[in-house]
Amino acid sequence: MKKLLENRNVTGWLMVSPLAAVLLVFLVMPIILIIIVSFWRATEFSIIPAFEWDNYAFLFGSPVTYTVFLNTFKYAFITWAFTLVIGFTVAYYLTFHIRSQTWQIALFLLCTIPFWTSNIIRMISWIPFLGRNGIANSTLMSWGVLDEPVEWLLFSDFAVILAFVHLYTLFMVVPIFNTMMRIDRSLIEAARDAGASGVQILWNVIIPLTKPGIMIGTIFVVTLVMGDFITVRFMSGSQSANVGRLISNDIALLQYPSASATAIVLLATVLITIGILLRFVDIRKEL
Amino acid sequence: MEPRPRSFYILSAFFALFVLFLYGPTLTIGILSFQGEGGGLTFPMRGVSLYWFYDLFEQQAVGDIWGSFRRSIALGLMVMVTTVVVSVMGGLAFRKKFAGSGILFYLIITALVIPSILVSLGVGLLFSQSGLNVHWTSSGFGAQLTWTLPFGLLIMFAVFNRFDKSFEEAARDLGASPWQTIRYVVLPIIAPSLIGVALFGFTLSYDEFARTLLTAGSYNTLPLEIYGMTTNVTSPVLYALGTLTTLFSLLIIGAFLALARLSNRRKARAGSDAGKAV
Repeated sequence: MKKLLENRNVTGWLMVSPLAAVLLVFLVMPIILIIIVSFWRATEFSIIPAFEWDNYAFLFGSPVTYTVFLNTFKYAFITWAFTLVIGFTVAYYLTFHIRSQTWQIALFLLCTIPFWTSNIIRMISWIPFLGRNGIANSTLMSWGVLDEPVEWLLFSDFAVILAFVHLYTLFMVVPIFNTMMRIDRSLIEAARDAGASGVQILWNVIIPLTKPGIMIGTIFVVTLVMGDFITVRFMSGSQSANVGRLISNDIALLQYPSASATAIVLLATVLITIGILLRFVDIRKEL
Repeated sequence: MEPRPRSFYILSAFFALFVLFLYGPTLTIGILSFQGEGGGLTFPMRGVSLYWFYDLFEQQAVGDIWGSFRRSIALGLMVMVTTVVVSVMGGLAFRKKFAGSGILFYLIITALVIPSILVSLGVGLLFSQSGLNVHWTSSGFGAQLTWTLPFGLLIMFAVFNRFDKSFEEAARDLGASPWQTIRYVVLPIIAPSLIGVALFGFTLSYDEFARTLLTAGSYNTLPLEIYGMTTNVTSPVLYALGTLTTLFSLLIIGAFLALARLSNRRKARAGSDAGKAV
């Protein structure tokens, strides 16, 4: 018995057994079941075990699928670009322009607090801003920029992307800040002594050293946006669709087999994207 | 001190705008929740009143807000405790390589990046196909753990990457058993970070929507209740509820931060607790 406990494989697995059990029951088994159900057949009120490719054939045969997948990538890409620029700038400011550590921590916390509050409330809170009689429209009208309120602020792609950027920029700020704080300051001094300008230091020293943080932030933002269904539904007023909404619509109609097939294609897409991104970074080293 | 470069002021303005962007909308609905009785979802304010808060406490027609609030807190606490315990054990285990640790690590990453609707759908299917009832304490609880555990573990990995192993070696040299080493050396050192893990566990569960959607069963948690309200309530009562839950979240965050500060300070004051482990 004692010898058994000294084996590092045995002790390791004993300690991770609760973790492994949770992941097995609530992650691995559900995924396997979704794969199985994606081959089943659905009637209007029940689902029947079967093995047929109909769900996939329908999915890939429908032009809607391609539009929706393209739309999903569009949301992911635009949101990624905005969150990257904003997140990088904020992290850069906190790291290199704030001199006292107390202030750094305080301002960093200020940025992260919204992460711990409800996403749905944060989406709702855009209504008074973007609505037809909202703050944005009335301000622009009082400045004379607009003659009449514009309609596309709320319930549009613009609103969807605005909400995504609002919700997910933190996922960029945190990993980039984490990597930037570990950059050795003497490297920057060396660059300055060697005659590099501010822009050159940023481009040739800081950005390359921050790449791992950027990659981790990218993984977070891209997967969150690609897997989302609630933000798109709420902020577009059900006028736009992404893959997540396709799945949730099928679920609402109890079409579990077709929802499963779409879910599997989505999962494959996300994992391939992540696989490509992971080639550029070793996550465990960067924590 | 060097004078501030011009870029400092530009970036400060950028940062201020970013903070305004983050908090502005929430503050706005905070103000609008005090809307007068005849007011609507946007400005102008038609008087200032607590009408919508009263409304929230009185009218039960929109659903079971207080019941869902209680369930969310209970679930949050369950998830919090589980996340802390399981993450610490996992973090300790992952310090040494063991057979299959690589696969398990990739599973953790998968749990982190998998679209949440898949977890919801899959767990819902798993329970219904095996004849079990979906309930927030079983399927809902498990589905949320797939989201909070990866966060907890990532924090633990980060903590143990920075952990000075010589403390443990010293304990071992002094004759401490493995359990004593963990109980009296490792755990006290990592205690402040556990507060962070607990904060993640509670708040991520308290606000989780997508993973609970198909797994909570017939009793809603608070985010599900709020989501239901967005489709059929179009009065500032929605803002009143939003303001209250945000205040509650801020209270929780504040409590955790105060706790973290306190434990850091205590650690600094107590210095060494050598000899107390006997």
